[in-house]
Amino acid sequence: MNGENKHLTHDNPFLPEPARIVRTYYLTEDVKFFQVRIVDMEKALSFNYSPGQFGMISVLGAGDAPFSISSTPSRPGLLEFCIGKAGTVTNALFRMKENSLIGFRGPYGNGFPIEKMKDKDIIIIVGGLGAAPLRSVLLYCLDNRDQFRRVSLLHGAKKPAEMIFREEFFALKQREDLECHLSVDKDDTGKWTENIGVVTTLFSLLEKIDPVNTYALVCGPPVMYKFVIKELVNLNIPKDQILMTLERRMKCGIGKCGHCAIDYIYTCLDGPVFTYWDVIHMRELI
Amino acid sequence: MRVIKLKKDNLFPFLEVISEKADLWAPVKKGDKHVFKVVDDFSKVELNTTRTILPPRKIFLPQTFSMFNISEKGYEEDFSHVTKKILFGIHPCDIHGLLTLDNFFKQDYLDPYYLEARKNTLILGLSCWPDEYCFAKSTNTHIIEEGFDLFFTDLKDFFLVWIGSSKGDDLIRLKPEFFDENLTDKDIQTYIDWQTARDNAYKWSINFTALPDLMELKYRDPLWEKLGDACLACGSCTNVCPTCNCYNIMDKQFLGGKDGKMIRYWDACTLEEYSEVAGGENFRKKRADRLKLWYTHKLQAYISKYGKPSCVGCGRCIVTCPVDINVRTVGKALLGEKEDAFWLRFNKEVTK
Repeated sequence: MNGENKHLTHDNPFLPEPARIVRTYYLTEDVKFFQVRIVDMEKALSFNYSPGQFGMISVLGAGDAPFSISSTPSRPGLLEFCIGKAGTVTNALFRMKENSLIGFRGPYGNGFPIEKMKDKDIIIIVGGLGAAPLRSVLLYCLDNRDQFRRVSLLHGAKKPAEMIFREEFFALKQREDLECHLSVDKDDTGKWTENIGVVTTLFSLLEKIDPVNTYALVCGPPVMYKFVIKELVNLNIPKDQILMTLERRMKCGIGKCGHCAIDYIYTCLDGPVFTYWDVIHMRELI
Repeated sequence: MRVIKLKKDNLFPFLEVISEKADLWAPVKKGDKHVFKVVDDFSKVELNTTRTILPPRKIFLPQTFSMFNISEKGYEEDFSHVTKKILFGIHPCDIHGLLTLDNFFKQDYLDPYYLEARKNTLILGLSCWPDEYCFAKSTNTHIIEEGFDLFFTDLKDFFLVWIGSSKGDDLIRLKPEFFDENLTDKDIQTYIDWQTARDNAYKWSINFTALPDLMELKYRDPLWEKLGDACLACGSCTNVCPTCNCYNIMDKQFLGGKDGKMIRYWDACTLEEYSEVAGGENFRKKRADRLKLWYTHKLQAYISKYGKPSCVGCGRCIVTCPVDINVRTVGKALLGEKEDAFWLRFNKEVTK
């Protein structure tokens, strides 16, 4: 009786949508930038998402993995990803040339609460590869600048060569409607013109804030959270206005495979954006 | 609900008639245990079984199956695991297990691989008698009111047949002469007596309503470290649990060619690599942390979402875990009743 059920009543949420790598280049030694377009033009243009959401990218034969979307929905048509070499799927992706076909499905996850963030001050705190998800919300705020009050970026990288989106973020320093502070832990080039020190040293450069009307967005390596959150809590920013986006293993992205379970929630459905209150309230988040 | 009678001698002839419509799965002997298997020889069907080794979810989501055929052209859906089936001999606790999986696989996103298989399988339940490991009365899953097409209550000389769906009624209509529409007062009394005796046959119980709070309060209790030390991280508890749903996905390329399959297979949160992300970071490297996740899901999380535990009291984890870590020992330890075989043995080993 095999083959009788070709006509399914359900859409298949596991089916990847064919997409094309439009552009790809190295951001650092082991991080690559990917610009991707869904092959079906109509779908490519109507594809909508929120900053902070993610998608599953699949490479035929290698499998699929979750990646934050680094582009902003305010610039539709192309999706951008910033991908570090880490496993089977990323190794396969790194070998792929421009114009290669990949699979894409999404968007998944909750994303940042943009509606709540409107008419508020926004501080974006980035450590290293944390720029991948936070670039989306940063560009969204800048593209819709009149919807937000102060926007600040505090960016930290280990050393100048490991800073991703270097030209882009340096260019942002020219904008008068953005407070942009860049730092490296160590300058091994002797040519770094900005702050030197871990990302928390940038807080002293920040102008006085209005904590109750501030949303702080944090993403970076696990070690960073503890120190950054301490600063933010000391600044009196409410715990449910401190937002962070977390990484977990995912095989499905749609709350079925179980791998991203934390306590009693699924990162792929209820995250990846969590508040500091969630972290205190639930177990195992960071 | 329509309830009719079936004479005992008519059961196997009836199964034979309906098995012409679809593959009939039923419990058969495997060593001294039982398994669900496709049967064509009806004399092999076992009516007086307790739990099967694996829960019936293997019939809907096989341990390994293909989701997509992969070729240069892309992904082609593969639903070859979905065939017409009739599942006979499933006990109330296992039907509750399927209802739990239904909730899960219908929530937020529909999982077509499970739901299509479910839609193509008729459920013919069968009453059972508890052994010393069953505790379905504690989870209130010893009785069943939904989730079946037909349900057979075994009353020695005859079966009461509860018709739970229109499709179930269609099955009856294939051989109406096997059935008797008239229930006598005596039949009903026989049922009442059976039900009372069956309910009294449960030998122990556990207070599940107390467990969510205790999971919270005892989250940092040293008990978890002790359990973690004893746990073999073999994944057996997950393998046999009727409500476990976790899986992994991988692309499998065939040798020499460009074709392949996207494979989905059972996974277990108790295995070390379960929470490992690319690059090697592992969020649950400790066995104690993985056990906490399993028991949080079974005894706490599902209750907060659906008002009942995602444990159906089948006793499979009790008969399966090689080191006696199961819902009974963990539940009782959370409740402070440590005079259990597991703890007696464990304490002895430590003080020795």
